[in-house]
Amino acid sequence: MRQPDLDRRAFLRIAGLSLGAGALYRVAPAWAAEGPAADVAARQRLENGEAVTPFTFVQLSDTHVGFAGPPNPTGTAAFERAVERVNRLAARPELVLFTGDLTHESEAPGEHAARMKRFQEIASRLAAPKLHMVPGEHDAGLDGGALFRSAFGETHYSFDHRGVHFVALDNVSRSKPEVGPEQLAWLRADLARFPPTAPIVVFTHRPLFDLKPEWEWFTRDGDAVMEVLAPFENVTVLYGHIHREDLHTGPHATHYAARSLIFAFPDPAQAADKKPIPFDKDRPFRNLGLRVAEAGNPASGRTVRCEEVELSMREYSGTEGFAQLLRPSSL
Amino acid sequence: MTRNSPILLAVALLLSLLASPRPAAAAEPRVVEITAKRFEFSPSVITLRKGEAVTLRLHSLDVTHGFFQKALGLDLEIEAGKVTEVTLTPQEQGRYVTICDNFCGSGHGNMKMTIVVE
Repeated sequence: MRQPDLDRRAFLRIAGLSLGAGALYRVAPAWAAEGPAADVAARQRLENGEAVTPFTFVQLSDTHVGFAGPPNPTGTAAFERAVERVNRLAARPELVLFTGDLTHESEAPGEHAARMKRFQEIASRLAAPKLHMVPGEHDAGLDGGALFRSAFGETHYSFDHRGVHFVALDNVSRSKPEVGPEQLAWLRADLARFPPTAPIVVFTHRPLFDLKPEWEWFTRDGDAVMEVLAPFENVTVLYGHIHREDLHTGPHATHYAARSLIFAFPDPAQAADKKPIPFDKDRPFRNLGLRVAEAGNPASGRTVRCEEVELSMREYSGTEGFAQLLRPSSL
Repeated sequence: MTRNSPILLAVALLLSLLASPRPAAAAEPRVVEITAKRFEFSPSVITLRKGEAVTLRLHSLDVTHGFFQKALGLDLEIEAGKVTEVTLTPQEQGRYVTICDNFCGSGHGNMKMTIVVE
């Protein structure tokens, strides 16, 4: 019997580990191995057909391969260091999710395709069985996603992994920042087979809520997406685009933004303009990061737990080396 | 009533129209021209008055741009070669950052202008 004091929306949660260059997730059920919460585990197993079993996954975002400019003159250095960092994780990630802007667009003939190839070369060094991508507007905004599809496949899709349903949503391939009615219909159909207790992770590029519309930090039909997701109790949304960490607790989901791997934007509540935080040659990867998540670890008390890790480089800082600076997660 | 009454009434009406202000002309909204091109709007700042109806005439010099300001209810597409018009009467003072929300290239993220309402 379900215990009334249990938070139904706590079954799927993410706690983060920022790597200063992305995000690491551990997915874990939000129930204890025994006691009243064990009933919840049994109910989910029964209703979902599969219980969440432990695994780790990583979110990387906004690598902008091909970008060159004052906010980051080191090009792909942060991306490459993040790959090295992921490959040294004690818990080997089973998935790596890229939440858009893998590349920086170019209108020179053949150049954008070359940048996608360069992205693939670096990403292929990741020691993870599965990589999944969604496009950002810099990947897909100029050609409706044609080049992205030729390099990476469909821009929206879904898959199941160890009891968690992952949904890749494309909110960049249309001319406006939106998902569009066709994809909404697809999402509705995709989720139709799941009971309300099914753990769902949505990964996309732009925020699905009005974070800062005047900085284009929103999705026009984000409310419609969340309405489709509303019947589900365990929804986590991972996104990029804003080049900074962010946690937003909405009525139907918890939304997490990952750091970028190229440059950071300031806090929109503090800054008047959307200008990149200036490059700091002494700490070249400051404010850049990744997120690691752990799924299915009963000890964590959460279905998905994220931790954040920050990177630094000996060759730049001369002191910290390529350190992993763990800090208590606030997610 | 005499036979001349209709003529007199018509003359009186004509005189009254000539003597009175022309409300239709006075109510014509002020027109503000705005040009869009990758990756800027010109002018970058316009100033309107609270409660005053203003018509924005939008032109694009290159590709299709967006013109989006949620609080003012502006949500337009500016196609090259066409004039896009919208009339608004702002009700709240403030500075409204208005963006292009049609992705138009590498500088798109900072294509914006400010509508000041005094």
